Amino acid sequence: MATKIGYSRPLAIATTLVLLLWLILAAFPFFWTVWGSFKVQADFFSRESFWNALTGPATTRQTGGAFTLDGYRGAWIEREFYHSVWNTVIVTVCVTSISLLFGTLGGYALSRSSRSYTFWILIAALVFRAMPHITLVAGYLLPFFEMNIWGHLPTAIIVLVAINQPFTIWMLHSFFQSIPKDLDESAMVDGCTRFQAFRLAIMPVMWPGVITTGLFSFLLAYNDFAVTAMLLNQDNQTMVPKISSFLGTVQTEGTIMYAVAATVSAAVPLFILVMFFQRQIVSGLTAGAVKG
Amino acid sequence: MRHRDFASFIFPSALAMLLFIALPIVSVAVQSLFVEHDQVLISVESCGPFGCQTETKVDPAATAALKTAQPLGKFNGLGTYLNRAHLAVSEIGEILSNNDGVADIVAQIYNLPFYKALSFTLVYTFLVTPLSMAVGFAVALGVNTIPRMFKGPVIFLSLLPYIVTPLLGSLILFWMINSDGVIGASLQWIFADPELSLKASPVLTWVTLIVYGTWHMTPFAFVVFYAGLQTLPKDTLESAMIDGANRWERIRYVVMPHLTPLATFVGLVLLMDNFRVFEPIIGFSAEANATSLSWSIYNDLNGQVDQLFGSAAATSILTMIGVIILLSPVLVRTWREFKRKAH
Repeated sequence: MATKIGYSRPLAIATTLVLLLWLILAAFPFFWTVWGSFKVQADFFSRESFWNALTGPATTRQTGGAFTLDGYRGAWIEREFYHSVWNTVIVTVCVTSISLLFGTLGGYALSRSSRSYTFWILIAALVFRAMPHITLVAGYLLPFFEMNIWGHLPTAIIVLVAINQPFTIWMLHSFFQSIPKDLDESAMVDGCTRFQAFRLAIMPVMWPGVITTGLFSFLLAYNDFAVTAMLLNQDNQTMVPKISSFLGTVQTEGTIMYAVAATVSAAVPLFILVMFFQRQIVSGLTAGAVKG
Repeated sequence: MRHRDFASFIFPSALAMLLFIALPIVSVAVQSLFVEHDQVLISVESCGPFGCQTETKVDPAATAALKTAQPLGKFNGLGTYLNRAHLAVSEIGEILSNNDGVADIVAQIYNLPFYKALSFTLVYTFLVTPLSMAVGFAVALGVNTIPRMFKGPVIFLSLLPYIVTPLLGSLILFWMINSDGVIGASLQWIFADPELSLKASPVLTWVTLIVYGTWHMTPFAFVVFYAGLQTLPKDTLESAMIDGANRWERIRYVVMPHLTPLATFVGLVLLMDNFRVFEPIIGFSAEANATSLSWSIYNDLNGQVDQLFGSAAATSILTMIGVIILLSPVLVRTWREFKRKAH
C-alpha cells in the first residue's frame, strides 16, 4: 500500500472514527428493528426506557417469553401478507427476466453500431432515466382505465420493464463494449448470422454482466413504490404498497407491530441478496462510472 | 452493423420505451390541458303543501354519462398551469404588489402549494447531493486504509441503507425517531427537553428528511469513490510523497483530481435521484411540513373522491421541465463531444 509511507497516526485515528460512526449509522437501525420486531409494542415503543426494546419485560409479561412471533403472525396470517409476497415474487421474476431479454438485445445492438441514431437512442434513454416515475404514472392512469387494464399484475410488469429499459440498456451497453468485436465478427466470418453470433459467441462470455444488470432490475422492481401503489388494485398489491396501506389502519388499531414485522420481512431478503451478491452490486454501481 | 440487424435487435426495447415512456409523456401533456367536468345541474320543481319551489340539484346520471363520453374532461388550455395550485400567476402578482417586505413575499409565496413543493425539492436535492458525496468520500478514504479482512463486512454493512427499499428504510427510521423510539427518546434526553419531537416543526422535519436522504445516498457515492481509489496512480502518489506532500496535500492535489470525473458522474446520478424525492415523505408522514413535486402528483392522483388528473398532469409537465433544466449542462456537453467526434 503506497499510503503506508508517511503514515500519520492522528489522521488514521480520525478516519477510523469516521468509519466506525458511519458503520453504526448505517447498520444499527436495521439490527435494532429486526430485534425489536420480535417484541410487543409496549417494548418496541417503550414509554419508560428504550432498554425495554432490548430486554423485553412487557413481552415476557404478555406472552411468557422474551421473544414473540405475534407481529409476524398478525401480518402474515391475519392480514394475509403472504399474498403480497407472492405478488412480489411474480412481479420481480417477470420484470427481471423480460428486462434482461429486451435489454441484452438492445444493449448489444447499441454497442456494435456507431451511427448517429445510436447516440440519440442513448441520450433519449438518459433523459427517460431521469424522469421521476410518478410523472409517468400520471400519464398511464387515464388510458389504462379506459382500456380496462388497470389493476392487473401484467400491466404493472410491462410498465416496470419499460421504466427499467433505459437503465438496463445503458448498463448492458457498457458491458458489451468491453467484449472485443473480433469475437462476434469471427463467428460471422465462420457463417453465423448476426443473431447466432450474439447467442453462441457473445452471450456465453456475458454472464457476469447479465447477472449484475439482473440484480439491479430486480432491485428496481422490488423497491418500486410509485408504480405498484398506483397501478395495482387491492388484491394484486405487492409488498411495499401493502405495507404502506397497513400504516393507515395499524395506528388506530394498536397493531403497529404488524407493520414492523411486515417491514422486516420485506427488508431481510435484501440483506441476504447483498450478502451473496456484494461483488456484483459494487461492480454494477461503478459500471456507469467507468465509462464516464 | 447493418441497419436491419440493428432495428430488429433494438425493436423490443425501443417499443417498450416508446409505448410506456414516450407516449405517457404525450398523454400527460394532453391531460394537463383538460380539467374535470363540472357536475351537471338540473332544476327540479318540488311541490309541497306550501307551494312549489325550484331547486337546483346535481344530476348524477348525467354527470356520469358526461364523464364516460369525455373521460379527459373539458378543455382548459393553460388554465391549470396558471391556477393557484400550480404557477399561481395572479396570486404572485398580487403578493408582489401588496406586501410588507421581502420576508413577507417569501412567506406568502411559500404558502402556495406548488412553490412549497418546489422549494423543498430543490433544497433537498442541492443539500443531499453534496452532503452524501462528502460523507461517501470520507468513508471511502476510511475503508481504503483498513486491513483487507475487514473490507468485505464493512462494505456489506455500508451498502444496506442504499439497497433497502426507500419506503421501508424511512419507516424504520421513522419508528426510531418517534418520541417512544430509541433515537427520539435519546434526543429528548440529550437536549433535556421531554417535549422535543422531530415531527412537530417544519425545520426539524426538513432536517430529518435531509439526514435521511444523506444516509440513503452515501453508500452509492462511497462505492464509486472507493472503486476510483483502487485505480489511483501509485507513482504519482509516491512522487508527491518524495516531494514532501503530507497526507492532506496528497488527498487535495493527487486523489481529488483523479476522482473528478467520477464525482461528476456521482453528482449527476444523485441529482436525478434526489430530484424525485417521494417515498421518505410518505414514510416519515411529513406531508404537513414538507412536500415535494413527486408527492404533489401522487397526492392528486390518490384523491379518495376525485382523482385530479389535470392537476397531476400539469405538475408532471412542470417537473419534467425541471428535470430537463437539471440535465441540460450534461446534455449540452455530450452534444458538443458528439459533434466534435463526428467532424
